[in-house]
Amino acid sequence: MPVHNKLGWLRIPLYGVLVFLYLPISVLIFMSFNKSDSPFMWTGFSTKWYSVLIHSPKIMEGFKNTLIVAIVTTIISIVLGTLLAIGLARYQKSSALEAVALTPAIFPDLALAIGLLALFTSLHLTLGLHSVIISHALFCMAFVTAIVRGRLSQIDSSLEEAAQDLGDSAVGTFFRITLPSIKPAIIAGGLLAFTLSLDEFVIAFFTDGPSTPTLPIIIYSMVRFGVSPEINALATVVLLISALIVTIAQRNVKVQDQI
Amino acid sequence: MRISRTAIAATAIAGLLLGLSACSSSDSGATALDPNADLSTQTLTVSNWAAYNPEDLPAKFEEKFGTKVTITNHATNEEIMAKLTAGGDSGIDVAFVSGQFAQALAAQGLIEDLDKTLIPNEANLYPEAAQLAYDPGNKYSMPYSWGTTGICYRSDLMKGNEPTSWNDLLMPKPQYKGKVTMLATERWLMLPAQRALGYSLNTQDEAEMGKVKDLLVKAKSNLLAYDDTTFYTRLVTGEAVMVEAWDGWCNYGIAENKNIKFVVPKEGSDLFTDTMVILKTSKNKEAAHAFINYILDKDVQSWVVDNILYKVPNVPAMEKSLPALVGAYPNMGITPAELLKNEALVDLGDASALYTRIATEVTAK
Amino acid sequence: MALAVKSEGRDAIKRRALLSRAVFLVPGLTYITAFMLIPLGFIIAYTFLSRGTYGGIEFIFTAENYTRALDSLYLGVLIKSILIASTTTILAFLIGFPVAYAITKLPTNRQNLLLVLIVLPFWTNFLIRTYAWIVLLNTQGFLNKGLINMGVISQPLELLYKPSAIVLGLLYAYIPLMILPIYSALVRIDPAMKEAAINLGATPAQAFRQVTLPLALPGVLVGAIFVFVPSVGNFIVPELLGGGKTIMVGNLIRDQFLKARDWPFGSVLALSMVIMLLMLFFIQARVNRRVLGDARA
Repeated sequence: MPVHNKLGWLRIPLYGVLVFLYLPISVLIFMSFNKSDSPFMWTGFSTKWYSVLIHSPKIMEGFKNTLIVAIVTTIISIVLGTLLAIGLARYQKSSALEAVALTPAIFPDLALAIGLLALFTSLHLTLGLHSVIISHALFCMAFVTAIVRGRLSQIDSSLEEAAQDLGDSAVGTFFRITLPSIKPAIIAGGLLAFTLSLDEFVIAFFTDGPSTPTLPIIIYSMVRFGVSPEINALATVVLLISALIVTIAQRNVKVQDQI
Repeated sequence: MRISRTAIAATAIAGLLLGLSACSSSDSGATALDPNADLSTQTLTVSNWAAYNPEDLPAKFEEKFGTKVTITNHATNEEIMAKLTAGGDSGIDVAFVSGQFAQALAAQGLIEDLDKTLIPNEANLYPEAAQLAYDPGNKYSMPYSWGTTGICYRSDLMKGNEPTSWNDLLMPKPQYKGKVTMLATERWLMLPAQRALGYSLNTQDEAEMGKVKDLLVKAKSNLLAYDDTTFYTRLVTGEAVMVEAWDGWCNYGIAENKNIKFVVPKEGSDLFTDTMVILKTSKNKEAAHAFINYILDKDVQSWVVDNILYKVPNVPAMEKSLPALVGAYPNMGITPAELLKNEALVDLGDASALYTRIATEVTAK
Repeated sequence: MALAVKSEGRDAIKRRALLSRAVFLVPGLTYITAFMLIPLGFIIAYTFLSRGTYGGIEFIFTAENYTRALDSLYLGVLIKSILIASTTTILAFLIGFPVAYAITKLPTNRQNLLLVLIVLPFWTNFLIRTYAWIVLLNTQGFLNKGLINMGVISQPLELLYKPSAIVLGLLYAYIPLMILPIYSALVRIDPAMKEAAINLGATPAQAFRQVTLPLALPGVLVGAIFVFVPSVGNFIVPELLGGGKTIMVGNLIRDQFLKARDWPFGSVLALSMVIMLLMLFFIQARVNRRVLGDARA
């Protein structure tokens, strides 16, 4: 059906959006290889800003903090999000509960941030990476729930019911039947949680302690002092990492479609 | 595989819970300091503005005293204040804040009175440094650097129209409209208008502040942007020709373009001081005192002068560094006596709400 | 005897079902209660309390925080924020819909590639992405220098530090969130329905208006919420691209917590954002119900 595939004038918005999305990013990547530290003038090719990056203890420390937060957040969100998704799909069909479970994903980040800050300070909790993890896991969990819940509504529950009718325990059914069939969705959800946490700024800004800044917090203090090739190099690295994760996630979603 | 993953999750959650429970032990108030304490058993977390101290400071301090030092950065006074006043232990031992914020921290009982027997290097300070309005005698804060606010401008792009008054910034000539920036932080946002109208920088008079607001709203239409951090870059690129600036930061621009000049307008300006304070919640107070004392050392503070291009209230450090710098950076030569003629910013207490409201009204217009 | 066994068995099944329900639902729902609903409760409680001189909360009941929010100053900021966020949302729809529609016209493997390409920028750091526009658009930036070199303009254009620059930054940040839900609504539409309409004598344009557009509406609404909510509460874009000359409700909230240290008033403003979200949810649910009802009828 060649006619069906013809884009016609729709080409304009499609390619226009791609230019719009990639123009600023391309400039950043390009300027990250600039020899001089002028943000606006190209003076020659150099990779020195990448070595500046690697040798900056502040950025490396922030990177480590961010990784800790993202990894622990991902683990918590996968466990809680998957359980909740199964519960909602198999044991308690309620649109109200579902709305509650998914709201953290879209709840205004600033409101969430100050609500959590109010909770933590009234508990006299010392702020640090643990408070960021608690906060990130909340909204990341909702994304895992959404993806796994979506997958569960596609697969037939009769197999699980049959297993339980045959006397299998709920836990047994979970590990033998349910878990393998939703594995791709869990991986995709986990990767999404990981990237979301990696890049999150507003909630971390309010709930992090001053001695353990995450990378986005460090970037915030850096960008306010102007563009530097160091930031451009950092942006390029972050983009590469994200591209890798999105590609892996995409592969898993495709696998899921084929099952 | 499954077991190890469960183990990781369990460890993570356990760690989380430990973090939670370790929080609530609150400090039991002031304890006498031990001058002979073993500093190598203490660790310090210090929060300072980015690039405001020598990068090897932690390493050098650890080499000398055995104390492990972590330096974290804040971008603004407000940011560190929010962390310090949020309640609970912020994990910070020593914080760098501007004088009026140190005063606010002291009023809330959040910072420790300094034990001067542990800070013998205080003797390096100019006598003027003990007369600062936010903390006379430096009871709870130790000055790190000081300076004043003025107009930083491109003399080549403003030939014949060099600014001399705050009104030149607030009501620029037509050819400079849209090429002017002002500081965004509340107190310094108000300053040009307060000075131009002849009011105190610490005024709490609502009628005066109403006039300040009107003038600032009028000035806003001529601005390129409110900018606290990149104004000197804008001068270098020519995006702006004249900006409200702190003297030290104007020097960053001068370093890149000799046509950039700094002037304190004829109506006068402020005296700001960036200080060091020790938090009450610190469990490493001996090391914190040793740290402040170390900072006041001649060589450490002359690093500040040489690299940050800020003036410090430290006699031997200024004597060491000033001669080489004052030619290129004339504002480095402003003397402590001249600085002290300017009005020092002090904490406003309840009236800070008035300032916040007026800042909001100006920026929302 | 047999009866007793049977009823015991039924009890056991019931108990087991209850137990599994608890195992699956309780951890997640407890977490949400503890870290979303209780914090929301804190915000609501704070709105009725008084501010301490140096921040914090004083337990004195007052409704003053609400009357203050109705002050024309703050109401004006709220309205401006809604205007900026609505403009962004409408533009995102006008651009995003044709893009999503175009993607559905492509072969499946190309569709996946384009979706990845559209999502990818979303995963680079938000702050850096925003800053990239300053590099491009400032009066000494790439665009102005390029245009001047080409002789198109003689004086640099002042593109930054005005509300339109904020809309641009928000649009750039959130347009993928509009394209994706519209795309997934569009691919779900059964092509047979459109063919049926055409067979019944509708022109392709009529079929588009009467079949495709209404069925895509739920996706559009989800996209609108995804774009509007983070836009209206954003404080970074106004700060970086607005040059601090325009403030939005996000800046106001942040300043109440970081600068003015007025938690109760900040809480009122934050609550207004939560209420906006609930209103949008409500509208979405109603429209959804109507669209699904129409489709069935």
